This record gives sequence, C-alpha cells and structure tokens, in this order.
Amino acid sequence: MVRKEFLQLRRDRISLAMVVGIPFVQLILFGYAINTDPKQMVTAVISSDHSEFTRSFVSAMQQSDYFRVVNKWTDEESARAALRRGEAMFVLNIPPDFTRRLLRGERPALLLEADATDPVAAGAAVGAIEQIAQSALKKDAVGALSYLAEPESQKPFQVHVHRLFNPDSISRNNIVPGLMGMILTLMMVLLTGLAMTRERERGTMENLLAMPVRPLEVMAGKVAPYIAVGLIQVTLILLAAIFIFRVPFLGSLVWLYVSALLFVAANLTVGIMLSSLARNQLQAMQMTVFFFLPNLMLSGFIFPFQGMPGWAQAIGRALPLTYFLRLVRGIFLKGSEAADIWPSIWPLLVFMVVIMTFAVKFYRKTLD
Amino acid sequence: MSTDFAIDVRNLNKRFGDKHVVRDLSLQVRPGEIFGFLGPNGSGKTTTIRMMCGLLTPDSGSGTCLGYDILRDSAKIKRQVGYMTQRFSYWDDLNIRENLDFVARMYGLPNRRAAVDQALEGLGLTARAKQLVGTLSGGWKQRIALAACMLHEPKLLLLDEPTAGVDPSARRDFWEELHRLSALGISVLVSTHYMDEAERCHKLAYIAHGELLAQGKAREIARQEGLSTWAIHGDALDQLSKKVKALPGVEQTVVFGTTLHVSGRDAEALEKSLRAVVAGTRWRLEAMETGLEDAFIYFMSRAVDRTGFRNE
Ligand SMILES: Nc1ncnc2c1ncn2[C@@H]1O[C@H](COP(=O)(O)OP(=O)(O)OP(=O)(O)O)[C@@H](O)[C@H]1O
Ligand SMILES: [Mg+2]
Repeated sequence: MVRKEFLQLRRDRISLAMVVGIPFVQLILFGYAINTDPKQMVTAVISSDHSEFTRSFVSAMQQSDYFRVVNKWTDEESARAALRRGEAMFVLNIPPDFTRRLLRGERPALLLEADATDPVAAGAAVGAIEQIAQSALKKDAVGALSYLAEPESQKPFQVHVHRLFNPDSISRNNIVPGLMGMILTLMMVLLTGLAMTRERERGTMENLLAMPVRPLEVMAGKVAPYIAVGLIQVTLILLAAIFIFRVPFLGSLVWLYVSALLFVAANLTVGIMLSSLARNQLQAMQMTVFFFLPNLMLSGFIFPFQGMPGWAQAIGRALPLTYFLRLVRGIFLKGSEAADIWPSIWPLLVFMVVIMTFAVKFYRKTLD
Repeated sequence: MSTDFAIDVRNLNKRFGDKHVVRDLSLQVRPGEIFGFLGPNGSGKTTTIRMMCGLLTPDSGSGTCLGYDILRDSAKIKRQVGYMTQRFSYWDDLNIRENLDFVARMYGLPNRRAAVDQALEGLGLTARAKQLVGTLSGGWKQRIALAACMLHEPKLLLLDEPTAGVDPSARRDFWEELHRLSALGISVLVSTHYMDEAERCHKLAYIAHGELLAQGKAREIARQEGLSTWAIHGDALDQLSKKVKALPGVEQTVVFGTTLHVSGRDAEALEKSLRAVVAGTRWRLEAMETGLEDAFIYFMSRAVDRTGFRNE
C-alpha cells in the first residue's frame, strides 16, 4: 500500500514538485516578510506651525523608524479620509501656536490620531512617541532653552494620542471582520478549484467538451452556485460578528454586501483558473494552499500590512484579501462610505477581469 | 457543404510524447452508412474518433466531418454530431432525467421536455427516471449514454464501443435502431470488438498500431488477402494446432471452441498439408469461407511482423 502511494506520487511530477517546492518558497518568503513590530507606518503631518522645533520633532519621528511621514495630505479633511481608507495609519496635528506656547511654558499638546483598528500595529508606535518627544527636546533645547530639557522640570509639552475606530484596542474587533475575508478566500477558492478537476477525474469532461458549450458558459455555470454560497457565509459571519463577538458595525449593510459580492466573485475566478490549470484534484488542492498562504500572511490579516517590506506589500497589493480587509474593517469599524471604499473596490474589479481572462485562456477545449 | 462524405479524413497523425498512436490514417464514411471501426486494444480507435469530433487536435492531416473542417469548425461539428464516449461520462450524482435534461439544454433543444420524455420512454425507464445514474448497472449506463448522445438528433453518430457490457437482447435492439437511423440517412461510425456486430456494418475499417490495415465491405476485407481457410472439427485441437502450424502452406491457426481454423494464401499447398494430417484420424476437415475474424487475426500478425511491434 505504502509502495503504491509512493509510486503514484513519483509519477505525478508536478504534484511532487509542489510538495517539495512550495513550502520552501513560502518559508523564505514569509520569514523575511513577517514583522510583528511594524515599522515605517504612513503618517500624515498637518502643521500650521513651521518652527525649528516642530521640524525636529517630525524628523525624530522619522528617525525612530516607526513613522514614515508622507506629505500627501496637508489638511485635516484629507488626512482624516486617508485614515478612514487605511492609506495612512497616523495623523500628527500640530496646532498653529504650538512653538509660541511651548516657549511660554504653557505645556501645549500635540495631537496624534492613530488608526487603532489593528491595536498591535498602532500600539508599538504609540509607545515610542514619548521617547521621540524626549529626543526632539534634547536636540533643540540648548542654550537659553535648556531649561526645557531639565529632567526635573515637568514635561514642557504633551502628546495626546487619539485611538480612532477602536478606542478600547479590542483586537477581536479587528480580527473577526478579517476572518470573514479569510474564510471566504479559503472556501471559495477550494470549492471552485475542484470544480473542473472533478469533471476531469470522473471522465465527464470529455462529454462536456463534446457538447457545444463555450468556455465562459462552463465557467459561469461553475461559479454561479457558489456566489450564493458565499453570500450565505457572509451573512452568517456578519451575524456572529455582531451578536456573538459584539463587534461594532458602523457602516452600511449595502456596502458590505457589495464588497463581499465582489470579493467572493474575485476568489471564485481564482478557483476557476486554478481548476483549469490543475490536472487533478490533488494539484488543485495544492494550488489552493499556494494561493491561500500569501493571503494569510501578506494581506494584513495577521501582520500589519504597513509593517511589511516594500516587496511584500507589492505582493499583498496583488491579492484580493488585502483590499477586502480594508473594506470590511472600514465598513465595520470606521463606517466607510462610497468615497472611502472606492480605492479598494476597483482593484478587486481589475483583479477579477484579469484572472477571468487567464482562466478562459487556460481552459482546455481539447483533451490534449 | 459537401455531401459526398459524412466523414472524410486524410492522413491523420497523432503522437502522445514519442508514441505514434495514429499513423497516416485516411477514412471515408458515406452518408447513411454504418461504418464499423475495429482493432485490438490500444490500436488508436478512440484517439481517431476524438480527433474527428475536435476533442483532440491531430498533429498533421486534415479532414471534414459533415462538411466542416475538423481543425477549424469543431464548434459546428459538435452541434451535429452525437459522440458516445468509451468510458461512461454522464453525471453519477444526477438522476436519469436530470442528465438527459442537461444534455438537452446544452444543445438548446426547443422541445426539451418532450425530447427527454421520449428518450426515457424509448429506454423503458420512465418509471425509474428519478434514479441516480451512479446507482445503475453498467449495461444500463451504457444504454442511457447512447440515448443521451442521440437526443439532439445528430446527423452523424460517433460511437465508441457503445455495446460493451450490454446484454444480447439490448444489443440486438440497439443494432436495429442503428439500421433504422441509417435508413433515415444518419451516418454512424461505431467501434466494437464484437465480430457479430462487425458483420452488421455496411463497411468496416481495421486498425492496428494506429495504422489502417483494411477498409471496405466485410466480404471484401475477408477476401482481400486471398486467404483460403479450412475448418477442422474434433477435440485435442491445441496439439493439432501446434502440429499443423509447421506444415507448408499454413500461415495461421486459430482455435474457436471445437473448431480449428487454418488459413493460408497458398490454397493448394494448404489443402494438401491438411488432408495429409487428418487422413485416418477422427478429425473432420471442411472447406469454409474466410471469416472476418480470421482475416483480422491475419492482419494483426502481419502488422506485428512488419513493424516489429508487440501488442501491449
Ligand atoms: N492522453 C493520452 N496520453 C498518452 N497516451 C495515450 C493517451 N490516450 C491514448 N494514449 C495511447 O494511445 C494508444 C491508443 O489508444 P486508444 O484509446 O485510441 O486505443 P483504442 O483503440 O481505443 O483501444 P481500446 O480498444 O482499448 O479502447 C494507446 O496505446 C494509449 O496508451
Ligand atoms: Mg478505445
């Protein structure tokens, strides 16, 4: 029996290559990509006070490696929008008379708004902010101002941290909506991934190919029932999230379902493509795992997206789950509206069209 | 659309890896003809049929099916051809009616319900229409597959061993049905391993190792090689067969139960040898017409000699 299995495994070269190769590639990939202490998180600075001190504060933030200041958003409104869309993790507000009040010893405050959807990601950076303030002071508080840096004097200014969207830093609020994406990815890809290979293994593919049906028809037929299955799963997870896990739901149901529909469809096209590529069910399963792991690791589900190196983010940006996580977390926790979700909606559409094109291309119209 | 031939393929070749499975195969089937396709296991029958209906792309060669090019117009061919696969290929987890209904939908039949009802009735399965196909016996599966591939009233039937595992009475019904269809002008290409079925075909082709060895009417094929055949009745034929093989003029011996068929091209030498052997024994010698089977076995052994192949 064991001998037969080994013989069969050896015959199936492609599967064998996958069995050996994939874990290795992924080990390397994730080993480098994963970072639980996320650095370089996108930060917007809204400053109405351009003094030497504020500049050195900002550069101290940069040097801490936790923050990456991006000068794309300069007013309150656009910075807030960037936070809601998940494009920025932090917004630093410097009030107009900050330096003046600092010098007068009025102990002014800087406001750091953090996207606390993912408490872990926000936490490390927030924890570092005190340190940063100190080092900024050390650098500038020289000469006449040295009294500001006196250790025994009270802190000359404060940093107020606002944790937005998940004020109590409950990680469940972040994870449960994310799980919706995770579960849908696995189920949808797996179900359709087996669709075509099952026909091939049972020999019914020959019959199907002998009939006058177009590839797109076959694929649409394979996908359609699972869209319904997907939406049922969405509903179940949604109910569980709200009533069992008590995750706040601030957004609109309509947008949630629109996003979910797109996401389900995107994953189904992946499944259909894999099933056109795979020669047997084993291969289809392996390909599903091959697709699933980067989704798990590089989408921002387990590890904060912004904490990953650039190349890992680039891979992440090619995965539908990355966008769906932004959508679903946004809709749950941030009450995202149409304008907020659009930047994550169109990549899903593009993804779907591209993958479908490949799926049709890979569909074998003959038995060759 | 040319009406000369229902199938007209020329010089088809197909390789799988370095295995040359079909070699320079040319074959013509006229409208309304029942064309039998014979050959040992692995000779390339299924492969040839698949190339005709566009399921496999030939490496070289050309041809038409119902006037449509087999390389370019496979979509049109599929509409008008009924192909029955050798391996049962309907959906086990659908019931009989659902399977037939699915096929009817795929071909876009206008009176779907009526067509399905009629097919069920023809099978005598109206009462069992709700049974899952996976739970049927092999013979019934075969009959359902056959009914399904005729559902859209194709002009050409490509049947790959349609009666394998079917009981004799159902087989008889099936051949009657084929002749009825052929009278209506429908062409049939049918592969089979049964000699009695071969005899019921209008024309035959015999293929071995991917090469077409003979093509024509059953009698012509049997006569083609100029074989003469004698039957020897009696027992202990195995030993006799060994003895006879060594005699001059004897090229082939085949045991059929209680008869031994001995064939050779040199009629005179053959007769002389055989008469000498049976003289004064209980064996009874009788002249007979060379049968199809004798001819086919002869083709086979010659093909092996010529190409050095062994039949796997
Ligand atoms: N997909 C394939 N890949 C590789 N070899 C193949 C493939 N399909 C068929 N063959 C080979 O081609 C040869 C001809 O096969 P084919 O199925 O056409 O024979 P056949 O005449 O239909 O045999 P049978 O009477 O057993 O049905 C066989 O040797 C077979 O091993
Ligand atoms: Mg065959």
